[in-house]
Amino acid sequence: MTLGILGPEVSWYLAVAAFLFATGALGVLLRRSPLIVLLSLEIMLNGANLALIAFARHQGNGAGQIFALAVMAVAASEVVVGLGLIVAISRRNLDLDVDKLRTLRG
Amino acid sequence: MFDAGNTLVWIVWIVAAFACLGSGIAVVSFTNPFFSALALIGNLGALAVLYLLLSAEFVAAAQVLVYAGAVMVMFLFVIAYLGGRADAPWAGGPSWQQVGAVAAAGAILVEIVVAIGLKAGGRLAHQQHVLSSFGSPHAIGRLFLTDHLLAFEITSIVLLVAAIGGVILGSHSRKLAGEKAL
Repeated sequence: MTLGILGPEVSWYLAVAAFLFATGALGVLLRRSPLIVLLSLEIMLNGANLALIAFARHQGNGAGQIFALAVMAVAASEVVVGLGLIVAISRRNLDLDVDKLRTLRG
Repeated sequence: MFDAGNTLVWIVWIVAAFACLGSGIAVVSFTNPFFSALALIGNLGALAVLYLLLSAEFVAAAQVLVYAGAVMVMFLFVIAYLGGRADAPWAGGPSWQQVGAVAAAGAILVEIVVAIGLKAGGRLAHQQHVLSSFGSPHAIGRLFLTDHLLAFEITSIVLLVAAIGGVILGSHSRKLAGEKAL
């Protein structure tokens, strides 16, 4: 049994993905709390994931979904390391502000 | 082609897409990181609905389990541990930085739209028909263990390295706290 696509075309999904990516980029550039920068980074990764899955459906090829799952694993790893760094920074009683943490010397 | 199923999918798509975009904007604009994290959970749930509409069932399930479950619990735990210090998006900092941030984000959006439109604009209209097993756990597992075995193994190494890194970061800062106490 083969399935056509119901509802909107792939280009609509790609528009949502582009808006999500731009929203995440705005958060990364605008916010100074490293926690919210990490959250915005997740939005960017999810925008990319949505584009990958939309193109996978468009081409009828499962490789895009495999790539999306790999991106998910990388995002989980990035959150582990990022949150570990944030907790380590806050234990040193430094300000959680990415504008003040730019020398990386503790 | 107008039929009931198509209209229903459109309605679900519109609700999910607007929930997705609205909660994305909420993540960026909330002052309290705790509310931002809660909005991100809503964003991930709406995205899982969009994945289901694109017949990516396994990815949608993994999204809810891994992202909205495990990763966001870790986020909420750390935010609660740190006390959720407020950080207003528009407060402090020179205003040219904020104008630059908005301009750069807008430029990225225009760039993505133009790039996709130029490269694939004409070919997006007609889609492949796929088997009903497309995106099922069976199909994904088969792809992972045949065509994409290397990616599968590298993913496991990435996760292992991240776990070791998390342990090292945690134990290092504990030693530091002990030194301070002495």
